[in-house]
Amino acid sequence: MELILALAIGVMVGSGVWLILRPRTFQVIIGLCLLAYGVNMFIFSMGRLYVGAAPIMPRGGFVDPTAYADPLPQALVLTAIVISFATTALFLVVMIAARGATGTDHVDGKERDQ
Amino acid sequence: MIGQNLLIMLVALPFLAAGAASILPGNARNAEAWISGLTMLAMIGLLLALYPQVQDGHRVISRIGWVDRLGLGLSFRIDGFAWLFMMLVTGIGFLIVLYARYYMSPDDPASRFYACLLAFAGAMSGVLLSGNIIMLVVFWELTSLTSFLLIGYWYHRADARDGARMALVVTGGGGICLLLGMILLGQIVGSYNLDTVLRSGAMIRSHGLYPAVLGLFLMGALTKSAQFPFHFWLPNAMAAPTPVSGYLHSATMVKAGVFLLLRFEPALGGTDAWFTIVAGLGIITMVLGAVAALFQHDLKGLLAYSTISHLGLITALAGIGSPLAIVAAVFHIVNHAVFKASLFMTAGIIDHETGSRDMRKLSGLFRYMPVTGTLAILGSAAMAGLPLLNGFLSKELFFEVAHAPGNGSRLDAALPWLATLGGAFSIAYSLRFVLKVFFGPEPKGLPKTPHEPPTMMRMPVAVLVGICVVVGIIPAAALGEWLRTAAIAIIGPELPYYSLKIWHGITPALNMTLIALALGTALYLLNRSRIDFGPEGPPLMRRLSGQRVFDWIMANVALRAPRAALRLLTAPGLQMQLRVMVLLTIAAVWASLSRLEWNITFPRMELQESVFVLLWIVGAVCAIGAAWQANYHRFAALILMGGAGLITCATFVWLSAPDLAVTQLLVEIVTTVLLLLGLRWMPKRDPNIPRDVSFRARFRRRSDLVIALACGTGATLIALAVMLTPPGSSVGDWFLRHSYSEGGGTNVVNVILVDFRAFDTFGEVTVLAIVGLTVFALLRRFRPSPESAEKPAPQRGENPSTLYNYLYVPSIIMQWLFAPIIALSAYLFFRGHDLPGGGFAAGVTLAIGLLLQYLATDVRWIEARLTVLPVRWMAVGLAVASATGAGAWIVGYPFLSQHYRYLDIPVIGQVPASTAMLFDFGVYALVVGSVVLMLIAIAHQSLRLGTRKREAADTEELDKLEEETVPETATATTETARTEPQGGTA
Repeated sequence: MELILALAIGVMVGSGVWLILRPRTFQVIIGLCLLAYGVNMFIFSMGRLYVGAAPIMPRGGFVDPTAYADPLPQALVLTAIVISFATTALFLVVMIAARGATGTDHVDGKERDQ
Repeated sequence: MIGQNLLIMLVALPFLAAGAASILPGNARNAEAWISGLTMLAMIGLLLALYPQVQDGHRVISRIGWVDRLGLGLSFRIDGFAWLFMMLVTGIGFLIVLYARYYMSPDDPASRFYACLLAFAGAMSGVLLSGNIIMLVVFWELTSLTSFLLIGYWYHRADARDGARMALVVTGGGGICLLLGMILLGQIVGSYNLDTVLRSGAMIRSHGLYPAVLGLFLMGALTKSAQFPFHFWLPNAMAAPTPVSGYLHSATMVKAGVFLLLRFEPALGGTDAWFTIVAGLGIITMVLGAVAALFQHDLKGLLAYSTISHLGLITALAGIGSPLAIVAAVFHIVNHAVFKASLFMTAGIIDHETGSRDMRKLSGLFRYMPVTGTLAILGSAAMAGLPLLNGFLSKELFFEVAHAPGNGSRLDAALPWLATLGGAFSIAYSLRFVLKVFFGPEPKGLPKTPHEPPTMMRMPVAVLVGICVVVGIIPAAALGEWLRTAAIAIIGPELPYYSLKIWHGITPALNMTLIALALGTALYLLNRSRIDFGPEGPPLMRRLSGQRVFDWIMANVALRAPRAALRLLTAPGLQMQLRVMVLLTIAAVWASLSRLEWNITFPRMELQESVFVLLWIVGAVCAIGAAWQANYHRFAALILMGGAGLITCATFVWLSAPDLAVTQLLVEIVTTVLLLLGLRWMPKRDPNIPRDVSFRARFRRRSDLVIALACGTGATLIALAVMLTPPGSSVGDWFLRHSYSEGGGTNVVNVILVDFRAFDTFGEVTVLAIVGLTVFALLRRFRPSPESAEKPAPQRGENPSTLYNYLYVPSIIMQWLFAPIIALSAYLFFRGHDLPGGGFAAGVTLAIGLLLQYLATDVRWIEARLTVLPVRWMAVGLAVASATGAGAWIVGYPFLSQHYRYLDIPVIGQVPASTAMLFDFGVYALVVGSVVLMLIAIAHQSLRLGTRKREAADTEELDKLEEETVPETATATTETARTEPQGGTA
């Protein structure tokens, strides 16, 4: 389980990094999304993996923390999901606007001289 | 205690009034003048009430604590010296306000003028009244900033912008030096308290850092007071409106420098270095300023250089530093402020009533404006230092001090000669001012026929000249008492012997005055034609201008050097920059990882985990496929990315994170739709761009692949290493234990978000709101590229009925789904505190519901029936969230403390009722608002396309198009709708 998730994180991060180094804006935006998945799962995995132990508490009584997944990374990732959504939206708009203004979708706003 | 409160009111009042003045409409100049004038009068009243408490060396100190442990707080103090200065600031301030009411044109925005003027007066009061030397610097910089705004008031004029910028750079730069000096001073003394610093003179002067402190301090004071070689900003600042010049250069801004010199003279003065630098630069400035003033043709230019010269005189007195010199300096500060303010106002009147300030054009004005002329002659005589006027008395004192033996250095020996020379030139330029402007032949070629100004405009000048005369004739009775109070505050109760009288008998000082008078008169009268119509600027100094040096420095330091540094330091293009960033990250991680412990023991694989393996095989294929296809097959890449997102979502479900799964799923939907909408505006594949086949391009791709692989492997290894290390105790445990007992909710993740760490969430939704607004703002002016304006390929060549029925069944279903989605959104919201869901997920759900309606029909159809005002949703959300947070203050808890209880509602049963839920509602509304705002902003782009198309089409096609538009609007998807929306953009 851990190995698979770690590999999954690796694949996401690798694909994301590859894409953000590409010259077209759309590639970069997809890359950012993939990178965000990878990073979110990475942060999430810092709380260790639990199956069938969602952090939903009983009402009152004794609580054994080891029986539940760590809620803190989850809360952090929830925030991270929101923020990565916001940055994606912002970048998308910058992408559209830059395309309209420069006439190209190259990240530098002009084609590279070949 | 009353004194303390009065003192705080004194500082706060101008700032409050500035705030009030700034919100009045721009043309309410009478109201503005009333506010400003009454503020100045109120401050004078406060000062008069404070006077008994600052007499005889007493002072009032008031402190408002802030972070007491760090010694931070606002501390103000007023003593006799600051009091006298404050009287100048407020008294002349009042007259300036009165004058400005008549001087400023009704077209000038009054609120900006008076608000800046009041803020400047406040900053100046802050400088004078600060009891802490760091706070003093803060107010000091504030005077630089506000004076920048005032000098650049007519910012449509290039000279005003340049003058303002130069003043800001020079005085602001000096302010930074001053700050460094003050920090060093505080370190030496061990306290930033002004009184402590002033008492520690001996300790400071014997300290090794004294030269550094002195240098930095003088950089601050001398730049502000426009002393040589930093004097050049002051004449350029004359581009300001005349009331501003009159205020800044008579009583306030430039006097702040000499105020500082006199204030810190007990702490820093008395050494040879102090005498040489301060007195030396002061006397040089005095002479050079007076010489330059004689050769100006602009009235205000003459007054500007004259100001420089008089400030040089005061600086020289501060440099000499004997008790008598200090008394003379204080006396001259007052006198100069009074006569110079009156002269600036006179210059403004002449400019106002004749339309010119050029002394080559002005002449014989006495015939047209006898009253103003008389006042101007008296003011100039005071400036020249003629008997029976206030300027004479302080100048006599200065000559006496200059003549008195000092430390025996060469400078000391030269002082009387230089002083007399400066005096001669100041008589010459005053004489020129009077003779050239008011006497002589009829003026020719003036833009307006000269006449007397309105009485109220002349009133401030009359008052000031009246003071000049009264002080000049009965000095002891008029000013003796206040002067004594001010002097005691600086040099202590042992005042030197001085007498404020007109006639002291034949003294060396009187001889110097007589010599200066004869020399100055001869200087001007003998060279009259050469001076009056010759080139501007004194003969030898024309080519040596501080302004040129300044421009050269600015061009190099502020333009060329940064550009060169940019060329040297930055990588070309975003790709290279990102590459460098990624490589640096790898390096940083590598450096820290080598110290990690690797205790990896693989657990055995369970059978059901094989499903997880299969899941992630799909996920990996999606991710790699997306990476592979993103360049030429954007749509495929987008779908594959969505696939990877779904697998991520499934992983969250599997690994006990239902909240994350819900949120991820919803966000995934919105992101995909957003990107789909964005795809419309991307260019088609351009066959002219060659594929990367060259060696360099291949090498680049290969190396990027290596970097990506390295990142992927690294992330895998780190994640694995952490996951296989047994967990220690986590803060999470605390949250688990206390979620129900303290937060009143069983869903710990939600309780953390809306209660324990609600402030994070507050910040996060604020970011979301900012992004929403930014998206909206960025797209407001966007014009798509022409090639995107064509109809999408699948819609071309189809007959209208096909388009009419385009996605007919899905769109009906989507319309039907609206109500269930709203219900789902409410459900997610209400269960959030106890079960997976919550405000964020619910908000995105509602946004998706609205979005579906936009997709199902078209923008015009939907907005005719359903008005979403996203900005209001956002405002309500933010307001509710903040109000809930602030509500905790009422019951004495910190911001965002939540309260909860369960309510018994008949039939429904127990429901949680918590303030956290209110907060969550704020989050909900804000999320709905910003997500919808973004989606609508992007969706509306296609409406722009419609207008553009219509503009381009010729008449015939236009008619055809409009016929089509009527049936088509009801059918076209968001992408092709073409009318301007009514709602939505709020």
